[in-house]
Amino acid sequence: MAKFKKKGGKGTPGISTASLPDIIFMLLFFFMVTTTMREATLLVRITAPQATEVQKLEKKSLVDYIYIGPPQRKALGTDSRIQLNDQFAEVKDIREFIELGRSQRDESEKQLITTSLKVDKETKMGIVTDVKQELREVGAFKINYSTAKKQDSKK
Amino acid sequence: MSKKITEISAGSMADIAFLLLIFFLVTTTMDVDVGITRILPPPLQDSIKIIVERRNLMNIWINKSDRIQVNENEVQVEDIRQLVAEFLANDDFRIEETPPSMPEKKPKAIPLLGQQVYVSKGIISLKNDRGTSYEMYVRVQNELAAAINKLREDFSEKQFGIRYSQLSDEAKLKAVQKQFPMAISEAEPAIIGGN
Repeated sequence: MAKFKKKGGKGTPGISTASLPDIIFMLLFFFMVTTTMREATLLVRITAPQATEVQKLEKKSLVDYIYIGPPQRKALGTDSRIQLNDQFAEVKDIREFIELGRSQRDESEKQLITTSLKVDKETKMGIVTDVKQELREVGAFKINYSTAKKQDSKK
Repeated sequence: MSKKITEISAGSMADIAFLLLIFFLVTTTMDVDVGITRILPPPLQDSIKIIVERRNLMNIWINKSDRIQVNENEVQVEDIRQLVAEFLANDDFRIEETPPSMPEKKPKAIPLLGQQVYVSKGIISLKNDRGTSYEMYVRVQNELAAAINKLREDFSEKQFGIRYSQLSDEAKLKAVQKQFPMAISEAEPAIIGGN
């Protein structure tokens, strides 16, 4: 009927973009909160072994990382090397590394520092044992063997 | 005098926000770090030797070719979970007597459980060679953790009616952990079976 006939030529109204900045800001804050910057540029290749009984590393700010694996540059050989921060290191450098890490934290947090060992799965235990012995000497007892999570097929 | 203050244009706000957003999108890494947490023992003083009775000890060796021996037998990595769970089992924690094939128990006071409950004295001794691969080492550590977690799960279910992994009460968590401690001892490094 003519009464209900649509008025022609109006066109669809444009979607308001006024809330666009708000939406973007929301996304921005989300990524700002969840982001963790890469701790170091990896000089060694690391394929983490898999495990099922894993725990989450709770406080990222209280974790120091030690990387062990074969160098990414093939020219440096295939034997596993230790990487602390951004450079290759020897077992004896760990003491300084741990003490530096301690001096950066508050007194009350020193007990809670975890040392995360990110080790390539092909690595032999010899070098890992040396690192562990050194950590014991320095008194960094809390360690974490970094692994990838695998679903348990037996459960 | 009444000069109008010019308003700052908010039109570019979205662009700035976009720029920041893209920056964080690129730098973000979402992966959470997970792993097996262990507490290392303090360094040994010389001349202190802890003697553990044979029946309280379960020896696990991993040699340089990643083969595993538990006590006198060679086993596969999948078998460790069952063996360890049987070894550390503590079906009735109010009774001290154990069959001679099982480790002894020691009395302990654990809040929530009682003034005198019995905790298994069993210790898992893990020894690996310098040539053992890290992958195998982690797999064995994982199996040990799985066995102890299984015991804790069962115990928690029986005592408190809640799965261990779902326990949120700090006191109950502590009680279960005390009843089934992570009794893993890692020997001083040694060379097993030559290099």
